[in-house]
Amino acid sequence: MYRYDEFDAAFVRERVAQFRYQVERRLSGELNEDQFKPLRLMNGLYLQLHAYMLRIAVPYGTLSSRQMRMLAHIARTYDKGYGHFTTRQNLQFNWPKLKDVPDILADLATVEMHAIQTSGNCIRNVTADHFAGAARDEIEDPRPVAEIIRQWSSLHPEFTFLPRKFKIAVGGAKHDRAALKFHDMAVEIVKNDAGETGYRVLAGGGMGRTPYLGYVVGDFVAKQDLLAFLEAVMRVYNQEGRRDNIFKARIKILAHALGQEEMRRRIEREFAEIKEAGTLRLPDEEIARIGAYFAPPVFEELSDEVPRGDADFEAWTKTNLHPHRAPGYAIATVSLKPIGGVPGDCSAEQMDALADLMDQHGLAEIRVSHEQNLVLPHVRKKDLPAIHARLKELGLATANAGLVTDIIACPGLDYCDLANARSIPVAQAIATRLAPRQNEIGELKIKISGCINACGHHHAGHIGILGVDKKGVEFYQLQLGGSGAEDAAIGEIMGPGLGAHEIVDAVERVVDTYLELRRGGERFLETYRRVGPEPFKNMIYREQLHAAH
Amino acid sequence: MAMFQMLTANRLADGDVVYWRGGSWVTALDRGELFAAKAEGEAALAAAQEFVIRNIVVNPYLFEVREDRSPVKERELIRAAGPTVRADLGKQAEGLAAAPGDPSADFASTPALQAREKEDDVSI
Amino acid sequence: MPLIRNGGLAENIFADAPDSGPLPDGPAVVSLTRFLAERETLFARNAPLGVRLKSDESPEGMGEDVQRLELVVLEFPKFRDGRAFSWARILRTRLGYRGEIRATGDFLYDQIAFMHRVGIDAFEVSGKITPEMVRRALGEIGAVYQPSADGRKTIRQLREDNVSPSRGRTL
Repeated sequence: MYRYDEFDAAFVRERVAQFRYQVERRLSGELNEDQFKPLRLMNGLYLQLHAYMLRIAVPYGTLSSRQMRMLAHIARTYDKGYGHFTTRQNLQFNWPKLKDVPDILADLATVEMHAIQTSGNCIRNVTADHFAGAARDEIEDPRPVAEIIRQWSSLHPEFTFLPRKFKIAVGGAKHDRAALKFHDMAVEIVKNDAGETGYRVLAGGGMGRTPYLGYVVGDFVAKQDLLAFLEAVMRVYNQEGRRDNIFKARIKILAHALGQEEMRRRIEREFAEIKEAGTLRLPDEEIARIGAYFAPPVFEELSDEVPRGDADFEAWTKTNLHPHRAPGYAIATVSLKPIGGVPGDCSAEQMDALADLMDQHGLAEIRVSHEQNLVLPHVRKKDLPAIHARLKELGLATANAGLVTDIIACPGLDYCDLANARSIPVAQAIATRLAPRQNEIGELKIKISGCINACGHHHAGHIGILGVDKKGVEFYQLQLGGSGAEDAAIGEIMGPGLGAHEIVDAVERVVDTYLELRRGGERFLETYRRVGPEPFKNMIYREQLHAAH
Repeated sequence: MAMFQMLTANRLADGDVVYWRGGSWVTALDRGELFAAKAEGEAALAAAQEFVIRNIVVNPYLFEVREDRSPVKERELIRAAGPTVRADLGKQAEGLAAAPGDPSADFASTPALQAREKEDDVSI
Repeated sequence: MPLIRNGGLAENIFADAPDSGPLPDGPAVVSLTRFLAERETLFARNAPLGVRLKSDESPEGMGEDVQRLELVVLEFPKFRDGRAFSWARILRTRLGYRGEIRATGDFLYDQIAFMHRVGIDAFEVSGKITPEMVRRALGEIGAVYQPSADGRKTIRQLREDNVSPSRGRTL
């Protein structure tokens, strides 16, 4: 993984000093809240329902054991002993004090971490496939590209006061595990007919109030032109993105208002000028230098057999392992979704124990997935029993990766100032209700957002649930058929909102309908696409339909 | 019928939720001031601006409660107690209603009160 | 309003001209609208000319004529409106403008370092920002990752200048 040199380290130290000065000026009143807010957001600090919330950047979801231990330390020292992994591969602390945040940032800087640009109207954390460098279907590891983009976007002087936030994802495999089409901009590593590697660039995707899928704005951008092209997209957005209405300010609105042809024309024009100027050209040496940080570990020659074990272990190997490119190795998903637990939460004790596990068995590396689980990307199959046993002790061995109980849920009204409704209790109730049947049900991705900001990515859920506010009472809207993979789709709203007491039953009826209608080994999404929404709508609103008659 | 209001804000330095009480702030909803009339609430909100200017709290606002101080909106219930999914965290775990006169619960007094205190000090 | 340039207070010699009616003698600043309408007359004046751009007005509308200006004023109606950062960048690197770029309006101390990087070299401030603060702001960003209009060497270039490429790396 990337290692800071003295320049990177100095950069982060400067940011700590800068923020410390900003906090001083806020506490002294030299800055009022309106002035301070964009500045604290630039360092990932929100003011939430109960307290401040600090969002720490985990670039492309990659953490070392040293960094994991520091996160545990911060959880214990400055917070209430736990953190929450997010749908953008970041970590959130829910109880820091403003006056402590400069110290937290200083501690983070010692392990090459920060909270820069994890909020605000700027370029946010660059996310990437959580199986990067390990998956069998990988064309090229997306993380060097993600790191190059990260550096270029860090405190970019021209793009720090954009119309709205800007999220970038990078993909490097056949299967899209980074939800590329739902991002403001996405970079896909592709090969042309001549076998050369380049980038397909998409723009205009987004969730929220008006979800859109992105479209291609650059078919094949040569490696050395990547930053020039991205700068062109950003400049078009900064100049022409709407600033009159916060709900119309994302690039997705601009991209779909102009249409693909016109958008591409404007980007091409900027790109031509920037490329001509030459200052953003990426030399091969730099690409190679960054790439070297992500060189794969040396893999031993090992038997590709998965060892046997008890029923729990066998169940876990069936659901939580993914094929690794090296024989004898596996990619292991560490579930942060214990049945009835808070999705994505991780205690300081668990973090410390994971750091040890990473050192022992995981080549000191772990990934955060945008589905709020952790991933050990390179584990030897022969170590799986020991790993599983340890995870089980820690409560991190739930055998449910991708299953109906592997729910993605934003913090919701339990924590978040923006929320309309709670999402975590809904996730807990659904998981508890359906856990006994989760294997029978198979792959089914439920995503829950507590408000239209869609941090739970509900538009991309096979089943998506959105919390809405109906006169101060929690209501939930159900969407079906979304997907965040290469077959990206925005879920379709089934009908009027359902009350808190109805939503779990409704989800169960959706599942029952699927089980009744499925043919062969169809996953939920396949059945839904074959039969359409009607059978599901009828079942969801069955009570209301009966009442009406 | 909910006809009452209370006033709340977040403390700047640590983000904690606080409630207005007689020109000052307390951390427990149970001890917050109840406004029966709209004008009372508005007056308190105006007085609260002092604390914004002095960088003690941010974003004070009025919210609806019933006579027994139970908030009408779910959001304020949760804000007063803590996350519903972690009974071990937040005000619910610290004892929602602090004892009357508990110094740790109350805040710096208003300038008006300070001035009065100064006047009372005849030894200067 | 105080004007800060080159690390200290500077005198503002430009007078604001209205959109119609007679122009002041001597250095004058006009709106983009007036500039586009009366270009030749304005240049014929033989006195320094400046153009004021609103946040939604791109300097590209002025084309190469921009190089004949001595001042471009970029308005910040609200500090969150970051379009002027692009206008400054375009003025410097695309249109080759060498004159003064002056920021006016609602901007924060914390934006000054960024403004300077994109080519803004003068700041019309409300009085709360002092020349000392501007000097401090300019020092807040030591090393930079991306090239901009200020011509500063990027971290990558600094790395290349150094002899040891493996500095700081542990493999």
